[in-house]
Amino acid sequence: MSKVTEETINKLAELAKLEFDENSKTQIQNDLNKMLSFVDKLNELDTDGLEPLIYMNNEQTILRDDEVASDITQDEALSNAPQKDSDYIKVPKVLDKEK
Amino acid sequence: MYRSYSELKSNLSTNKTSVLQVVAHYVSQIEKNKHLNAFLEVFEDDALNRAREIDKKISQNKAGKLAGMVIGIKDNLCYKGHKVSASSKILEGFKSLYTATAVQRLLDEDAIIIGRLNCDEFAMGSSNENSAYGKVLNPINNKLVPGGSSGGSAAAVKAGLCMAALGSDTGGSIRQPASFCDIVGLKPSYGRISRYGLIAYASSFDQIGPLTNTIEDAALLLQVMAGKDEMDSTSSSKPTDDYLSFEKKKNKIAIFSSFINHSGIDHEVKNGINSILSKLEAQGHEVEAVDFPYLDYLVPTYYVLTTAEASSNLARYDGIHYGYRSENTVDMETAYKKSRTEGFGEEVKRRIMLGTFVLSSGYYDAYYSKAQKVRRLLKNTMDELFEKFDHIVIPTSPHTPFQIGQQVDDPIKMYLEDIFTVLANLSGNPAISLPVGKHSNGLPFGLQVISKNFCEREMLSFSKEIVDNFSHN
Repeated sequence: MSKVTEETINKLAELAKLEFDENSKTQIQNDLNKMLSFVDKLNELDTDGLEPLIYMNNEQTILRDDEVASDITQDEALSNAPQKDSDYIKVPKVLDKEK
Repeated sequence: MYRSYSELKSNLSTNKTSVLQVVAHYVSQIEKNKHLNAFLEVFEDDALNRAREIDKKISQNKAGKLAGMVIGIKDNLCYKGHKVSASSKILEGFKSLYTATAVQRLLDEDAIIIGRLNCDEFAMGSSNENSAYGKVLNPINNKLVPGGSSGGSAAAVKAGLCMAALGSDTGGSIRQPASFCDIVGLKPSYGRISRYGLIAYASSFDQIGPLTNTIEDAALLLQVMAGKDEMDSTSSSKPTDDYLSFEKKKNKIAIFSSFINHSGIDHEVKNGINSILSKLEAQGHEVEAVDFPYLDYLVPTYYVLTTAEASSNLARYDGIHYGYRSENTVDMETAYKKSRTEGFGEEVKRRIMLGTFVLSSGYYDAYYSKAQKVRRLLKNTMDELFEKFDHIVIPTSPHTPFQIGQQVDDPIKMYLEDIFTVLANLSGNPAISLPVGKHSNGLPFGLQVISKNFCEREMLSFSKEIVDNFSHN
């Protein structure tokens, strides 16, 4: 039974902000179905009564004091941006007036 | 030139050499071995300048514990003012704004960071064939892979391009390349070394660790890097040990029959590990075969959980704040989609998609929660085992290094490369690969020791005994 249809791929790609052309869509669909039948093996194990393991460190989290600190400067923060001006990271337009 | 730091240290203390000479030597070795593609960048000027400073400190008797130790770092560790890319096009040109705690602690002890080392993109892979900057060759035989994902780290140490390297291990990415390149690879307990400044793949699995020629150097580097860090809330506040004080004792060793009798294992690897185990038994250690029924569930559990964490961790690469932005951008939506589609490699996209699937509504319980419960089961099983035993001994990999290109077409086959290594990441235990196996095909294979949580000192002591007795190097 294949769980992943073309529709699923479209939905996942939208969630993950990725694009697949027709060829690579078939490929990723096959890959995901193969990977899922591989991991479906986990259903053989009885895990009733087990709590999901979420945190690997079982020490109590100690919160630090909420103090203002400056780790990086504005210049540094801007230094890796693909597009910027002197104060801001530049982003492409969000809304298209024509539409 | 130097197999271990102690050799260099004694030459420095008797003025037989200088840090500057040593750095110049490694820079020329890197240049001569460019075909291996182990280094993505050599920090030459920076390293030479630091070498001069450290030579001065040595003459004033002010130098740190690692004075002049030449170390390469995997290209997923941040070093302020230097490029870091996780071997991905999406981080092309990115410069670190801060230094990873593990790297900073090396610098504080006067180590030299010589450059950044190639790896699989975002540490996803077992052969170093997934790098956006080309594959790495195994220095033992250039037709073979060096293992992955810390393939550049392992190849560089083996080829003598640096004295030691840092890698990261999410499912075997330090230990498997160490096995393929015939060196030592240590993955500490989860939380033993701060992950601050390590580019995240799967945060509940990732650990930084050293790749070295000797156990002593692995212990030395762990000593310097281990310990609580305010910048990583998952780093453990348990006190560190004196990892360099090796102590011989009689150990209780568990072996997993299901691993050693696995159908995919090379029979010489099996015989090699078994023969070392019988000799250890003859030397007074207790060895007991234990039934571990979960072998076939390890890699599936690992892939559900790590892809889920990866899909979340890699959401930050959006083409806006830093890194690659597609030239095909027309609006915000295409900036995200085109940048990510063009910037990530195939394997990374595959894992993001699987991770997005197992976290999506309708499948979350069936896959993600289920795998977290299996992880609990595995951790409980390991905790129970370590009430009775000091160490588990298994092979690091089922076989010796394979040919470049041999396994690239089948992702699942590649995932099964990690069959013996993912357990220690699922349970969080410390584990190490030791270069003690030699196949009749002339190639190496590693023996893996997994130990009780935060018992790195005991693990290293036992490892030293094994290497001292059985190393062919």
